[in-house]
Amino acid sequence: MSEYFRQLRGVFVSLRLTVVLLALSIVLVFWATLDQVHLGVWAVQQKFFHSLFVTAKVGDLRLPIYPGGYLIGGLLLVNLLSAHIYRFKLGWRKTGIWIAHAGLILLLVGELISGIVQQDFSMRLDEGQTKNYSESNRLSELAIIDATDPNFDDVVAIPESMLAKGTVVQSPKLPFRVVPKGYFPNAQVQMRSQAPGAPASPATSGMGPMVAVTPMEVDYTEEGHNFPSAYVEIVGPDGSLGTWVVSPLLGNPQGFDYAGRSFKIFLRPVRHYQPFSITLEKFSHDIFPGTSIDRNFSSKIRINPPEGGPGREVLIYMNNPLRYAGLTYYQASFDPETDKTTVLEVVRNPSWLIPYISCAAIALGLVIQFLIHLAAFAKRRRA
Amino acid sequence: MTRRMPVFVVLIAAVCVFQGLFPQPNAQPAAVTAFGRLPVLSDGRIKPLDSVARSTLLVIQGRQRVELPDGSELTPDEWLLDVMFVPEKADDYRVFVVDNTDLLSLIGKNDENLKIHYDSTAKQIGALIGIVPSSRRRMSFNEIAPYLAQIEAQEKLAEPVLAQARTRFQSAVVQLYGNLSHYLRIRRSVQPDGSTDFLGELLSLQGNLVDGIEAVRAKEAGKPHDEAKAAAIIDEGQKFVGMAESTDLLAIPPDGDETDPNAWHNAGHALLETFGKGEVNPAVLAYAGMAYAWRKDQAESFSHIVELYGSSLDKRFPKQVEKTRIETLFNAVEPFYACMMIYLAAFLFAALSWLRWPEPARISAWGLVALAWSVATLGIATRMWLEGRPPVTNLYSSALFIGWGSVALCLVLEAVYKNAIGSAAAGMIGFATLLIAHHLALAGDTMEMMRAVLDSNFWLATHVVVVTTGYASTFLAGMLAVIYVLRGVFTRTLDKATADSLARMVYGIVCFATLFSFVGTALGGIWADQSWGRFWGWDPKENGALIIVIWNALILHARWGGLVRQRGLICLAIFGNIVTSWSWFGTNMLGIGLHSYGFTEAAFWWLSAFIALQLALIALANLPLEKWRSFRPAA
Repeated sequence: MSEYFRQLRGVFVSLRLTVVLLALSIVLVFWATLDQVHLGVWAVQQKFFHSLFVTAKVGDLRLPIYPGGYLIGGLLLVNLLSAHIYRFKLGWRKTGIWIAHAGLILLLVGELISGIVQQDFSMRLDEGQTKNYSESNRLSELAIIDATDPNFDDVVAIPESMLAKGTVVQSPKLPFRVVPKGYFPNAQVQMRSQAPGAPASPATSGMGPMVAVTPMEVDYTEEGHNFPSAYVEIVGPDGSLGTWVVSPLLGNPQGFDYAGRSFKIFLRPVRHYQPFSITLEKFSHDIFPGTSIDRNFSSKIRINPPEGGPGREVLIYMNNPLRYAGLTYYQASFDPETDKTTVLEVVRNPSWLIPYISCAAIALGLVIQFLIHLAAFAKRRRA
Repeated sequence: MTRRMPVFVVLIAAVCVFQGLFPQPNAQPAAVTAFGRLPVLSDGRIKPLDSVARSTLLVIQGRQRVELPDGSELTPDEWLLDVMFVPEKADDYRVFVVDNTDLLSLIGKNDENLKIHYDSTAKQIGALIGIVPSSRRRMSFNEIAPYLAQIEAQEKLAEPVLAQARTRFQSAVVQLYGNLSHYLRIRRSVQPDGSTDFLGELLSLQGNLVDGIEAVRAKEAGKPHDEAKAAAIIDEGQKFVGMAESTDLLAIPPDGDETDPNAWHNAGHALLETFGKGEVNPAVLAYAGMAYAWRKDQAESFSHIVELYGSSLDKRFPKQVEKTRIETLFNAVEPFYACMMIYLAAFLFAALSWLRWPEPARISAWGLVALAWSVATLGIATRMWLEGRPPVTNLYSSALFIGWGSVALCLVLEAVYKNAIGSAAAGMIGFATLLIAHHLALAGDTMEMMRAVLDSNFWLATHVVVVTTGYASTFLAGMLAVIYVLRGVFTRTLDKATADSLARMVYGIVCFATLFSFVGTALGGIWADQSWGRFWGWDPKENGALIIVIWNALILHARWGGLVRQRGLICLAIFGNIVTSWSWFGTNMLGIGLHSYGFTEAAFWWLSAFIALQLALIALANLPLEKWRSFRPAA
């Protein structure tokens, strides 16, 4: 074994590295917590934890300035594994540490997995409404819907990222190309009559000439909402059909006819379809008597299974989510104007069991180890 | 003599605590106390009027006693009686604290007209050197009333600004406006503004009710009617609507023996029902009767009405009345205030034991800690029974529980080591946490209702209790380390054996803290997964708890790796105080996240001061050993 390898191994098995990594992780978590005030919790996770490095703009360059969650977590994992391979000796006096560390390894791996596979959506339902999809809280898609058949919609969904890059889309389902002409991650859309000074719009069709699009700063805060906008040109084999403005703020899809077929074009939140649908039967909002303190929010919903039939009624309320078909539905918000609209958060996290197992292992390991210490201490004192 | 010291010391302290259980004869008349026991519904729960009076006074003026301009004092119950029944008198009591200079100038106050003029020379000197206040901080409603329009206008401007982004003036004006409305809501709770004989009004309404309603019906139907009678009824009705809208104190119990708290209503609502039911609500009449008697100074009939009304409630809602009775007693005993004083005494005795009388002073300290801890246990248990909840439900109760948990560990340490260090730490932490709790109580009812997300007794009992124990033990390790530094640097009492045992205690407590903060944090994750479908959400409070876990793990690994020795361990443990205080309070100050349920500007100042102090102690610990008095070779 070369001397060089031995030295490197020496670094990786050392407790000194452990302490340094723990200190680095404390600073990382602290910094990320403070930054939440500006960035909101989602952007903070991407910037600090789901990254190898925390980067900052220096001039025009984006430079790594601090190790990110993946790097620190990864190094801790290497440190822990190599310490157990090369340094620790098996012995009953270290049982607790072995168990706790095994749990910790599982926890770190589990967090890595859940960071990758966990998905969040939300489902907004008015009383009596039924939906078979939930919507992304952050991402949008350009839906081009072939609505020729009144019984059936054929949808081509183009992700927001392709609009941002200006990627031209040609699909075998569509008799035309879709050419993004401009994209704003957040923009205000107003009627031209309300924005007299607005510059001329490149849009020629649909609502396009009637509205003005004003780009806005992206809002990262938790309550903030971003409404993307784009100009999209539709180009057929014989030339342009026109340029449309698309934005979720327009409310309804815009329609046009081409080659004997009817199309609708709409920029909307990315949808996640489920094989079953959910109906909101009743939303309730209770407060404590004589106060404005919220006591409970609850949504009485009906799950309509794909095979038909009456389905089943479920009450979702605070601290009592519905787990169904690999998804968790929990009561997240409501419409304070009407008190008749619920917002359910929908989470898919296939690795949800890992933290339970790993935390139980760590707790057990700590208890065993400290009992061993305590017994030794008591024995010494008696002696 | 010194051998019997512990017995005497603990006995005296115990007597001081238990005399609070018995009413002091000259504090206030028995009828006023009975009035304070009457149940009302406020802040979402049924509580005695006494609690309404005390928490209102704490909110608006930062203390419970009311000082009159002539130097005499009112009890909270007497003050409440005047506010509810003789408002023109109460409007002259100085109970609104205003500290902000901009706000003071808005209400026409300056240094000159606020200056207190003392007659005695001693007090004049005292005012000069700051022992007695030199200027007034408290204003009466009548002093502020001429400026209500300006205050309201400024409040409208400041209110939309997020709480943590407000300037001092904005926070002050929002707070004063809130306090004034709070006061007015109580003033208008059982009788309308400007009424001097509400009982007479109600009795005459009762007398004319049948004719009056008939007249109104006829008027509505367009038939001939007695205009004066109809107008009188409509006039009363409008007055009641005004009352119903201007208070949130639900003083009127439901009819019969309905126990649903949602059925309580305010006096205005109850009076509006008069027209449907054909009779004035008897509870409103009882309050109007009390108002009449109190205003006319008829002590005997006042006491008689309170007793009649009280005993009728007693029969209908025995369970709730029992709770309000205990709560009133709890308020009067002020167990946590007593504990605070005893903890302070315990610390002094523990310190004394290192300087003189090692054994008697040590045992006295231990006895005092045990006494204070028992009283605190009873106090917390009473609160749990009153609320029907686990011990920790808000920031206030977390302070009580952190103190309680730390002191419990200290009692164990003292039983093992018998060197007064456990008692000294207990005294310090017990006193400090209760002082913090006292200041947190200034925000209002400390038994407030739980917001929907947090409303789960199971998780409050597991996650919150365990994680709070983790906080408590991390603080305890830090305090033991502080004792190490202070004794070592400033006294000669830290010999090698004491230093070693202190370091061992710190290490043991850090192990304990690691276990509890980890388990508590993991339970929090499980709660989050059960409620929101995600185990970890990087919420500020979650991150704070995580940082404590990692910090404790760091201390243990640094020690196992030989990276730190005794003094290094001590420094790391002191830094643990900073980490814990930030998680406890700092995260709430960010004003974001699911857990941000308490924010005060003053708290920010104190937190900064605390952190600076800990850093200073760490610097002190890093002085070369020959500068430590304990390790300096004897001259």
